[in-house]
Amino acid sequence: MHEMSLCESILQVLEQQAEVQRYRKVKTVWLEIGALAGVEIEALRFSFDMVVLGSLAEHARLEIIEIPGQAWCLPCGCNVDVQQLYDVCPHCGSHQLQVNKGDHMRIKELEVE
Amino acid sequence: MCGICGCGEGHSHDHEHEHSHEHGPAHSHAPGLNPKRMVQIEQDILAKNNRYAATNRHYFEERGILALNLVSSPGSGKTTLLTETIARLKEEVAITVIEGDQQTARDAERIRATGVPALQINTGKGCHLDAHRVGHALESLQPKHQSVLFIENVGNLVCPSAFDLGEAHKVVILSVTEGEDKPLKYPDMFHAADLMILNKTDLLPYLDFDSEACIQFAKQVNPRIKVLSLSAKTGEGMEQWLRWLKAELELQRIAYA
Ligand SMILES: Nc1nc2c(ncn2[C@@H]2O[C@H](COP(=O)(O)OP(=O)(O)OP(=O)(O)O)[C@@H](O)[C@H]2O)c(=O)[nH]1
Ligand SMILES: [Mg+2]
Ligand SMILES: [Zn+2]
Repeated sequence: MHEMSLCESILQVLEQQAEVQRYRKVKTVWLEIGALAGVEIEALRFSFDMVVLGSLAEHARLEIIEIPGQAWCLPCGCNVDVQQLYDVCPHCGSHQLQVNKGDHMRIKELEVE
Repeated sequence: MCGICGCGEGHSHDHEHEHSHEHGPAHSHAPGLNPKRMVQIEQDILAKNNRYAATNRHYFEERGILALNLVSSPGSGKTTLLTETIARLKEEVAITVIEGDQQTARDAERIRATGVPALQINTGKGCHLDAHRVGHALESLQPKHQSVLFIENVGNLVCPSAFDLGEAHKVVILSVTEGEDKPLKYPDMFHAADLMILNKTDLLPYLDFDSEACIQFAKQVNPRIKVLSLSAKTGEGMEQWLRWLKAELELQRIAYA
């Protein structure tokens, strides 16, 4: 369950940024999670609530912005939408696809006080 | 972003949730007035791990070390492959090993029995190695220049895929007893790996495992993946793996020289 360590990384960023950006509490966290990032959103929510207990982000709300997957199809020479890493190109059926979007996870912004 | 105050209102995700960010009638949350405000972060969640991984990668490149991250589900034969590889290679090449397991030092002991240095990292509840811990392991292991470093990750076909350790390649080991559909069921790992090793081929006569289909599935997830089949037990196919290793080591050494 690497969602747990992802949440620990998120908390570290929140704590680090608290000094730089001068806030005491985090009320809401917006995350961008790519559809191909290998993250189980439910597990992430569950882990988040546990990891932030007793921290500056206790009770913070997690808002998840799902980023759809996209890949470059070599034969077609264009970007196509993909839902899974094993998808084939919807136009030509090739799996010569290079993922170029939706494989990242980012903290986008925070609501703080 | 909200054009008036820069508060971040107006995102695509706005306000279906009862986002408590109070846009009062006076719209008065200028910095310092209303305690609630928006902060832009724009940081990769894996950024910290990736920074440590970059440091490790630099360390390897400076020394001409070939670092390989061996990943698989529990029991597919990572440690057996390593002990068999070391037995065949250690006269020619300096080798060190980092062993990752949740508990016990058994695998590190199996490696040390072959006569090469090994360091065990116990991750406890952690399901994967991270680049930071590998960096510390390097400090105590001190692998030789132009050597091979094997990092045996925690047996887990899911989580280690997300964590770059600074390796030259992830090598995913799949034993034929696990079924040919695993590349489709656990695509992240096969996507992240550069080489797939199909292990335990000595058991093929007893199974319905379809090697062709398995390779097809792996290439569907990752068109660039290379595939080797072997039996760590009987030694069948080990020669190709050793050749691959030596070729990769040579590439590291050329870059170093
Ligand atoms: N028949 C056969 N058995 C093998 C082969 N390779 C490994 N095994 C057996 O598979 C079992 C697990 O092997 P390990 O090398 O401990 O596997 P591992 O991937 O290191 O396991 P963890 O570190 O616990 O994830 C052992 O009983 C090995 O003897 C092989 O090529 N053929
Ligand atoms: Mg092992
Ligand atoms: Zn196409």
